[in-house]
Amino acid sequence: MIANFGYGVLVITFLITLYSVFAAVYGERRQIPALVESARRAMLLTWPMLSLTSAVLIYLLVNNHYEVEFVYQVTSRSMPMYLKITAWWGGQAGSILFWSWLMAAFASLVTLRKWDRDREFLPWVIVVACITMAFFIGMNVFFENPFAQFYQTFDGIASYTLKPADSVLFTPPDGNGLNPLLRHPGMIIHPPMLYLGFVSFVIPYAFAMAALITGRTDDRWIRLTRRWTLWAWLFLSFGLVLGGRWAYDVLGWGGYWGWDAVEVAAFNPWLIGTAFLHSVMIQEKRGMFKQWNMILIIFTYCTVIYGTFVTRSGLLSSVHSFAQSPIGPVFLGYVGLTFISSVALLIYRWDKLKSENQLTSLLSREALFLLNNLLFLAIFVICFWGMNYSWISELITGQTATMGPPYYERAVTPLFGTLLLLMGVAPLSAWGHSTLQTLGRALWKPAAGAVIITVLLYFTYTQKPGALLGFFMIAFVLLVTIYEYWRGADARQRSQSENIFTAFWNLTGRNRRRYGGYIIHISMMLMAIGILGIEIFQVETQGTLEQGQSLSVGNYELTFRDIAQWDDAPSGVNYRRAVLDVYQDGKYLGQLAPRIDYYYESQQNMTIPGQRATMKDDLYVLLVDWEPVAASGATFKVYINPLVNWLWLGSFLFLAGISIAAWPEKEAERVAVRVRTGVPQKQTSAAD
Amino acid sequence: MSELFKPEPSRITTYKLLFAALIALTLVLISRPTLAQGPTPTDDEVNRIAKQMYCPVCENTPLDVCPTEACRQWRDLIRTMLAEGKSEEEIKQYFVAQYGIRVLAEPPNRLTTYLIPTIAILLGALLLLRGFQMWMKPSVTQGTAVETEARPGQDPYIARLEEELKKQK
Repeated sequence: MIANFGYGVLVITFLITLYSVFAAVYGERRQIPALVESARRAMLLTWPMLSLTSAVLIYLLVNNHYEVEFVYQVTSRSMPMYLKITAWWGGQAGSILFWSWLMAAFASLVTLRKWDRDREFLPWVIVVACITMAFFIGMNVFFENPFAQFYQTFDGIASYTLKPADSVLFTPPDGNGLNPLLRHPGMIIHPPMLYLGFVSFVIPYAFAMAALITGRTDDRWIRLTRRWTLWAWLFLSFGLVLGGRWAYDVLGWGGYWGWDAVEVAAFNPWLIGTAFLHSVMIQEKRGMFKQWNMILIIFTYCTVIYGTFVTRSGLLSSVHSFAQSPIGPVFLGYVGLTFISSVALLIYRWDKLKSENQLTSLLSREALFLLNNLLFLAIFVICFWGMNYSWISELITGQTATMGPPYYERAVTPLFGTLLLLMGVAPLSAWGHSTLQTLGRALWKPAAGAVIITVLLYFTYTQKPGALLGFFMIAFVLLVTIYEYWRGADARQRSQSENIFTAFWNLTGRNRRRYGGYIIHISMMLMAIGILGIEIFQVETQGTLEQGQSLSVGNYELTFRDIAQWDDAPSGVNYRRAVLDVYQDGKYLGQLAPRIDYYYESQQNMTIPGQRATMKDDLYVLLVDWEPVAASGATFKVYINPLVNWLWLGSFLFLAGISIAAWPEKEAERVAVRVRTGVPQKQTSAAD
Repeated sequence: MSELFKPEPSRITTYKLLFAALIALTLVLISRPTLAQGPTPTDDEVNRIAKQMYCPVCENTPLDVCPTEACRQWRDLIRTMLAEGKSEEEIKQYFVAQYGIRVLAEPPNRLTTYLIPTIAILLGALLLLRGFQMWMKPSVTQGTAVETEARPGQDPYIARLEEELKKQK
């Protein structure tokens, strides 16, 4: 009964979104403000409605209603309460509902803002947001009903949305339980973060489409959505980092990123979104690249939907293949339609999106930003091709192929290297004009510092040319950024008589976007140190040890002390846990305890590493194999992952940087659209 | 058995020795590759090859770290083949013949793998170049941009910063 209620609310919400689209379009066309207002209120209603649907689903999950197919698939009696709640997004139908719920929240937030000055955008923002929502809710209503229940008929037991004739409700005694891989804290937060990133990119897209439809093609839509874009980027980045941490802790690969097709699917919108974030600055500053920004936001939206499609449709099977279902063609149709209609709109308004200014120097900041865009797009092309290669190969040759890390690493490394270099040069180039001379003057000190650091590293750390080149570029960008930051703080310290810390604080507060951006650049370099460390210096070995025997790797020695096996009956898990003593250069450091957790319900192993983390390196030990029957020894795989913790440190700083850049500024809404001339005008605020 | 047909003790020893030598020679000939390979291949030698492969069932989990029983059997097979003296390429070819190219971490035909993204990127770069030409002022396209005198004050923020710094000096 309660499941039917949940489904009923879902159907009504679907109808509300359709009404909202219709009312917005009709109201705008016929100039009936009351109808547009009705559409706005209808959109505002979607979030409470979807919250109610979700509450019903959570009620069913928490109270073991295994007659509901979705509840049966993702929960079991042995699961703790918090996992039963988070199982909401642990399976196909629930995760689509979760997507819609987040989308509704964001759409409601948009409708709550003051629309006095941008009344003409409102109906079209409603249309785009509600079409997106209607699509996802429609997925739940017609294909992936989270409230479908098991019924026993003459033909057997199957799940149905509505009770078939001559059937009885069937309730299994227990559920399948959530995939053990998804029970990690990182995996509990990772999907919501990615989804938040995905749905919040819908908002700038909705405004962009509104700008195209209304013909108001100045940079107003960009200014209105600047913060949405930054928050979207924050969530998406955080989601990707959490996914990486989850892979590192749970998948037992010894790494954080396996270039799995589903990872790449989430990485694609990030790449285009990052290009967009940089590119919009050019439009705001110089009134240029308007068409380009439109292309980028259309691509971002389409990669978001396409990314969701490939992970949901089972087009690419992977570790995330729990998400397979027959909804692929509908998704593909939607992506195709939105892409074609967006591009058609763009072509229709192409002439209105002409640049107000011209490029005056190939070394100006706008030119370098454009190069940055090209690099991000090149990486996107590589990733997009790699992600889709498997099914394209199957389509053409009849054979599926795997596009694994060797392809990606070979193809994207030089591009990321160039991006790094650009990250060092671009902040020092000026808008409009820059010459080799001015750039050289600004760059020589950090470049000299980077050379000194590289030489020091050559004598103390590594002689590998690739690593040294990488460290040089990282040092260069770090020094450029820190130098720029310091110059600003120093000037402020002198002029305002502040101490250096207050000067740093106030400087950042006064120009959050610029200095938030600098913090992001610094954090990127810390992350690059971690990536360089694990990619170039990772060492691994594997061996079978009897108790008391040792295994050496690098300057570490591990002695196998003990192993134990026990059942945790309430949670349905069997644990095998080994204990190893760890020595470094003969000095005892402590013990590590890698485990294999076997989940009886899903008959699945999880390999939990024993880790010892320092900023210098991570010692990462996996228990690969141990059979109690022939317990003569256990097999261990040991990795030394140098510098990898810089990656996690960098990601924290990264989040701080984006938060600073995205934090609302008091005067943000009061910034008027400037009338531009060929030369950029002086601003009263230093905000860029 | 009559005494007549009873072999002499010394002859028995000779026959035995000859027979043993023959077996030893046969063994040497048969198992030459194994002996050439030396002791049983280590886990690291097996993993070096397994790292470049994926089993069709556990797609996207590299073979060297996949915890399933099937993948363990594959690794054992690699070990056996290494012990038989097979090269890395031969082992990979064996798996490709059995299960298709999907077992390899990278498709064998690199031309098609890299050609299409390269063409796409080059096209993008060409478009960008065209964009640069279009967006540049006519005077600038004639090659005066780089020689233009430094005007760091173009960025108002940098200009203000420079002014502040100058004042302090």
